[in-house]
Amino acid sequence: MTKQRVVVTGLGTINPLGNNVSDTWQNLINGVSGIDYISLFDASNLPVTFAGEVKNFDANEYMGKQNARKLDRSGQLSIFAAEEAIKDAGFNINEPLGDDFGIIFGTGIGGIGATENAVRVYDERGSSRISPLAITQLMPNSSTGQVAIKYGIRGPSLTITTACAASANAIGEAKRMIEQNIVSKVLVGGTESGTTSMTIGAFAQIKALSKQNDEPKKACKPFDKNRDGFVMAEGSTVLILESEESAKRRNANIHGYVSGYGSSTDAHHITAPSEGGEGAVRAMKDAIADADIESKSIDYINAHGTSTPANDLNETLAIKSLFGDDAYNVKISSTKSMTGHLLGGGGAFEAMATILSIKNGKIPPTINLENPDEDCDLNYTPTKYVEKKLNIAMSNSFGFGGHNAVLIFNAE
Amino acid sequence: MEVSEVFEKVKGLFVEELGIDSEKITMDAKLEEDLEIDSLGIVEVVMAFEDEFEIEIDDEELADVGTVGQAVNLLQSKL
Repeated sequence: MTKQRVVVTGLGTINPLGNNVSDTWQNLINGVSGIDYISLFDASNLPVTFAGEVKNFDANEYMGKQNARKLDRSGQLSIFAAEEAIKDAGFNINEPLGDDFGIIFGTGIGGIGATENAVRVYDERGSSRISPLAITQLMPNSSTGQVAIKYGIRGPSLTITTACAASANAIGEAKRMIEQNIVSKVLVGGTESGTTSMTIGAFAQIKALSKQNDEPKKACKPFDKNRDGFVMAEGSTVLILESEESAKRRNANIHGYVSGYGSSTDAHHITAPSEGGEGAVRAMKDAIADADIESKSIDYINAHGTSTPANDLNETLAIKSLFGDDAYNVKISSTKSMTGHLLGGGGAFEAMATILSIKNGKIPPTINLENPDEDCDLNYTPTKYVEKKLNIAMSNSFGFGGHNAVLIFNAE
Repeated sequence: MEVSEVFEKVKGLFVEELGIDSEKITMDAKLEEDLEIDSLGIVEVVMAFEDEFEIEIDDEELADVGTVGQAVNLLQSKL
């Protein structure tokens, strides 16, 4: 059998910038920050008091209290994003998607909020008072199972937990599943809701988070000289991947092509990137080889760009190492400057942003990049979006653990 | 405590704790079929009863409980 080409026929999202694809895209282009002071719990005792929260989402209203209470917030967001993506792909949400549909979710820390709650109950009231729903809320594969149940997805399923590369890996593995004719369609998602007290406190302890509490919307400034860490964010994004053959047969709307996937491991340090982004370079090279293109034909890179000192420097070095002199010609931006860091949900969100950039011929800006760092001297599309016809674009995702996942998308 | 009083408390717990539609909750309502309380939900129901009525319920006592009415009768017998 010939290798299938893989297309994206459905998109859905809920994130700090919007509760659907259209609002999210408008805000990405307009350079809106989704970051603000934490409202979901009292954060006054934390060293970091801001995050990228999903707004105007009432799970009880959306799915009914009896269903909502069975899920951690990360799972509630997954069900919501999946609905938009399934509808966008032209499927009926009330009919099971069936056996020829796979599902892969990526998440960094699963139902960490449910874990925190269960520990609190255990400490205060003992083991007999732990909720019987705790395990099914907190397990990292909760979104995979719950979304599959809700929409009747009965093909192969996987949950990928490569930290902040998780849902980029999910898209890559789904691409392979379709290429190998295992199934013709895969629902791929990324989800995270780690905007919780212990989790923010713990990330702050390892100095990963920005502490610019006085100006939350300005705190995330990838590639800027004054960047001091990432901003925790929550959200879910879902894509429907499909073989080109299947999409054309049913006359589906094609958003773009998933043409390349590369992944590698640093094997260096559990949080720090390898010297010069060496592991990232290998993943980018593999993605370029998989897409069967040359590096110079890449028009745009949606960077991992977390706003931590180490990531942004090493990602810049990695791009220079791979592209040589062409590095100064390629357009780059970090949409995390607006969303914050969606952790395991980041890869899927940024894949969506990259596909929409190609489709609309517009590159979202890196907001808050106002004071260039002399060591980060590439074209990061500072502050304002740029119009440009894009044929091929790349999205980078790197995770704690040394996981690197790189995706390449084509217009056609 | 009267049966009607126990029923009202049970109904209140089902609505508040489990988010079940109050109109569905009658003495004849079947826990699994009518109220869609699955095996995990039953554990929650028992925990809620234990907290509300300050009693302990053993697994064996639950064997014959399939409806709201049977739950109410069990609770009343323990009060």
